Amino acid sequence: MSFWRAIAAAALLATGPALLAGEILPDARRSGYSFMGPDTRAMQDDDTSNPGMLFVLDGEALWTKRTGSADKACADCHGDARGSMKGVAARYPAFDKALARPVTLDQRINLCRSNHQQAPALPYESRDLLALSAFVAHQSRGVAITAGDDPQLKPFVDQGRDLFMQREGQLNLACTNCHDDNFNKRLAGAPITQGQPTGYPLYRLEWQTLGSLERRLRSCMTGVRAQAYDFGAPELVALELYLMSRAHGLPMETPAVRP
Amino acid sequence: MAALINVPTKARRGEIIEIRTLTSHIMETGFRHTADGALVPRDIITSFTCRYNGTEIFRADLFPAIAANPYLSFFTVAKESGKFEFEWIGDNGYSSSASASITVE
Repeated sequence: MSFWRAIAAAALLATGPALLAGEILPDARRSGYSFMGPDTRAMQDDDTSNPGMLFVLDGEALWTKRTGSADKACADCHGDARGSMKGVAARYPAFDKALARPVTLDQRINLCRSNHQQAPALPYESRDLLALSAFVAHQSRGVAITAGDDPQLKPFVDQGRDLFMQREGQLNLACTNCHDDNFNKRLAGAPITQGQPTGYPLYRLEWQTLGSLERRLRSCMTGVRAQAYDFGAPELVALELYLMSRAHGLPMETPAVRP
Repeated sequence: MAALINVPTKARRGEIIEIRTLTSHIMETGFRHTADGALVPRDIITSFTCRYNGTEIFRADLFPAIAANPYLSFFTVAKESGKFEFEWIGDNGYSSSASASITVE
């Protein structure tokens, strides 16, 4: 009798509060940076050898450039980005009251363009949009990620978590199968990371350019032979939001360099 | 186009200094095809030069298969205070330049 009671007590202790099987404990969260080799780390650490900084420079120029029929620049409303944009990217995707759903930083930039600058939206993954979001996110470098803390985002974080746990594609794999259960191992020659989105938009050596988290997610989906969601799809935004909330507390690195 | 230059602002006379340059360029090889089979025309930087107070101290020829946003690092001897001028020349009349100053004591 006492034997069974001991097993029941042990089982209760083992199941942590609100943690699904395989989820990474807050203390064990690691940026993709810690999975890289010394050369790639050095490339990211030195701002004069980090190619992502080229985009940040372009973004800085765009920040003060007037555009659209309102003939306004970002700086005309937001002033000096070093102050006004500090910490902003660390809480994105954020809830938009008018749309009643979360929007990504890229979507926020385009909302600003259409609502305040009366300028056409920049296409996803275009150089100008990446440059602007890199410049804005760079102001949060070192700031701890807090995205998903807003209680209004709860259903969307949950939706993202469901998608993260959902098997899909011809290989029938969920994100969690690699990034929760098998990080620190290798897939072919490449290390499997925890998939913490700390440095987006980031410079990926394989892409030879800067790319967004959505581009990264879409290439993972193609990798498991699933139909990738379109850029800006609500599912992709929910996944992005869950990933950011999963990286809670890790410092922003934008623009990161990854192999 | 944007360029990132790293030259020490101060150096002792005769000191060996490292110069690092990074510039923005797509470096399209000219060997790739689009989804519908059309060849993407070559668009690369073909030449880089560095002048130290007007004297050429370093030159490099670049070719297809060099990665986008080429990074070049080289060494020189700090002889006198002055200016380093960098120039990138490429396909389709591409030309870009940057400069950096150094104080030699």
